Amino acid sequence: MSIKKTSLYGTATAASLALALTACGGSGTGGSATGGSYDKGATVNIGSLYEPQNLDNTAGGGQGVTEALNGNVYEGLFKLTDDGKVDKLLARDYKVSGDGLTYTFTLRDGVKFHSGKALTSQDVKYSLQKVLADDSQSARKSNLEVVKDIATPDARTVKVTLSKKSISFVYNLSYVWIINSQAKNLKTTEDGTGPYKLGRWTRGSALGLDRYAGYWGDAASNQKVVFHYYKDATALNNALLTNAVDVVTSEQSPDALDQFKSNQNYKVSDGNSTTKLLLAFNDKAKPFTDVKVRQAVSSAIDDKKLLESVWAGYGKLIGSMVPPTDPWYEDLTKVNAYDPAHAKQLLAEAGYAKGFSFTLDTPNYDPHPTAATFIKSQLAKVGITVKINTITPDEWYTKVYKNHDFTATLQEHVNDRDLVWYGNPDFYWGYDNKQVTQWVEQAEEASTTADQTALLKKVNEKTAQDAASDWLYLYPQIVVASSKLSDYPLNGLNSQFYAYDIKKKG
Amino acid sequence: MARYLLRRLAFLVVSLALASVVLFVLLRLLPGDPANALTSVGASPEQIAAARHSIGSDRPLPEQFTHWLGQLAHGDLGTSFVSSLPVGPEVTSRLDVTVPLTLAAFVLAVLIAVPAGFVAAYKRRTWYGALLSAVSQLGIAIPVFWLGMILIAVFALNAGWLPAGGFPPDGWSEPAEAIRSLVLPVVTIALVMSASLIRYVRSATLDVLGSDYLRTARALGSSFGRAMWRHGLRNSSVPVISVLAIELASTLLGAVVVESVYALPGLGSMLATGIAQHDYPVVQAVLFVSTLAVLLIGFAADLVQRVVDPRLRGRLSGGTR
Repeated sequence: MSIKKTSLYGTATAASLALALTACGGSGTGGSATGGSYDKGATVNIGSLYEPQNLDNTAGGGQGVTEALNGNVYEGLFKLTDDGKVDKLLARDYKVSGDGLTYTFTLRDGVKFHSGKALTSQDVKYSLQKVLADDSQSARKSNLEVVKDIATPDARTVKVTLSKKSISFVYNLSYVWIINSQAKNLKTTEDGTGPYKLGRWTRGSALGLDRYAGYWGDAASNQKVVFHYYKDATALNNALLTNAVDVVTSEQSPDALDQFKSNQNYKVSDGNSTTKLLLAFNDKAKPFTDVKVRQAVSSAIDDKKLLESVWAGYGKLIGSMVPPTDPWYEDLTKVNAYDPAHAKQLLAEAGYAKGFSFTLDTPNYDPHPTAATFIKSQLAKVGITVKINTITPDEWYTKVYKNHDFTATLQEHVNDRDLVWYGNPDFYWGYDNKQVTQWVEQAEEASTTADQTALLKKVNEKTAQDAASDWLYLYPQIVVASSKLSDYPLNGLNSQFYAYDIKKKG
Repeated sequence: MARYLLRRLAFLVVSLALASVVLFVLLRLLPGDPANALTSVGASPEQIAAARHSIGSDRPLPEQFTHWLGQLAHGDLGTSFVSSLPVGPEVTSRLDVTVPLTLAAFVLAVLIAVPAGFVAAYKRRTWYGALLSAVSQLGIAIPVFWLGMILIAVFALNAGWLPAGGFPPDGWSEPAEAIRSLVLPVVTIALVMSASLIRYVRSATLDVLGSDYLRTARALGSSFGRAMWRHGLRNSSVPVISVLAIELASTLLGAVVVESVYALPGLGSMLATGIAQHDYPVVQAVLFVSTLAVLLIGFAADLVQRVVDPRLRGRLSGGTR
């Protein structure tokens, strides 16, 4: 999963939970083709709020390190595309044994690390072990714990044996960077196989990537990429307005968009994100133990109006935990849709004809306070009194996430494919349905993706009907770029930002 | 003089030691657990305990403190909990931004405030003297972030003359760019700082203008300029120097606001991030370096005052000159 905790300080996001933030979505290409007339020697300046803590994604580098280095400097055996599919990258091919427990990967030929050393199966083994190591802080560690054994029969072949079937294994591998097994000081330097090598990193300010001449694939469409880091959205927008940056990876302030939309020097694109805003009930705490109460609350809140007021028309309504880019997406917005009369009826049936009151633990950063106030006024109309308790990200983590000491809370969950957390009864929201847990387990051990998809669709529908949480809306993914730029990634950019296709007109 | 210096030095060391205890303890009293930053969501209690162990936050406070002091003694500012990178080099690289920013702002503020304050006092009965007083009063009331935003809107966004923020990635190896990006922040700080300085210079000058010794000097045939230069300036500069030192110190510490408005990678923004992340080694290092700087500024101000006003030498060093 992951839950995104942002705070007043941009990089503080990374402070608490960014380690848990993993990539989502892939790289689409944005903008129209430029017709070939672009500057191959261009420097593309990218503005971002997420500075890496260090350059090692198994040692607490945070969200920023994924954004800057994933796919650009480091590559995996597989890569995740923009529509949520998994493509082969450093793996030329792979075979799965009949029992689904052994994966044999053949590596692509002619791949070299930036240090000049050729890629071998030893490096793949080393990289996997690095993610699985005791001191690893990789967010993917728990997903990969099914790995039982890694063998390297020859320099081009890697054979991985799993302790149980895991249909998501290949997908999870798309998050594992293949690193030179002899590399040192990975917190401040790198040795990957990607189209860029690390240029200069000035902490607190900027990180540069330079086109790598020895790249095995198609060379990057630009000479140099510089990520410029800002602490707040205003500074970031100012940088874009003064041409200090060419593109902003993820626009966080809808108020700022008008000035770009009305200016022909900029392009505003509205992609699909995987970030969901949740009103999470504690399903183990009264009165939310009662499914009717949860359904009533979900029906009493006009999500559309909320989205309109927070994001001014951007973003999407979702009726479940599943964004459109997950393979098991279905439009479930009609389940527990806005209907205050029905909500009142459900409350009466549940024995709360006169309503009730509860405390809503609300993280102190946008958009939670706004959403909380909105929810308060909506629920007042059906007789429910909401007490808003504003807390810091730290308190949220300890009180809500660790100690499950809450009745209801607001939180944003950023990852793709995180529906499966409803299969874990020990998760903070306490949703406990044996059938759902079983479906989630079966889905992971499914033999085909079709089976997996079918099972997770069931989970999707069941949790929606049960109003396990109230999924308020899906965040928009807004990229604002100079109109000189084309072919930049559009979707699911919470963590990844493939920069190698970006073309800049001279 | 040597005895005096020695005493000041001892005072400096004791202050620094006291400050280090206070900031070490205060930081630990903050709510929140740095181990949160090191473990992923879903971490088991064992993993959290392991994280605490790896950064040493599970050890008794006195032990952590002596460990930190030991590192300091070796010139090591510690290792960040969050990035696990050494803090020292980062502090140094950020001083490259904060020190020029603060000093330039200070010099500019003095260049504005000293003549303006003098004019405001000497010509207080003219319209421009009154205007200067009024403007400085207004300047004191303006929040620094607001002034920053206005300057950005006017000179960066509209006119496009200067960058709206940021610092060149290559730092001072591109001097022109580095200077360009510091112009607006320097002006922002200098304007706010000079507003309060003008008040001080004005009242110090007024004291001198009404003093007996100036009248006596004039009566003995000295021209106003000469009397002011020989007696007035010296007398009025003593209190002003104290104020200057305080202003310089508070600017160094207060740069955090300006650095965040202008997205500058300085010491202030490092401190803000460190606090938000419970990254104790970072916060300790920044505060320690700042404390040292403030103490040194105070020391320097004292020395300058003694050079300017010989009477102080006698008073402070026990009567011998």
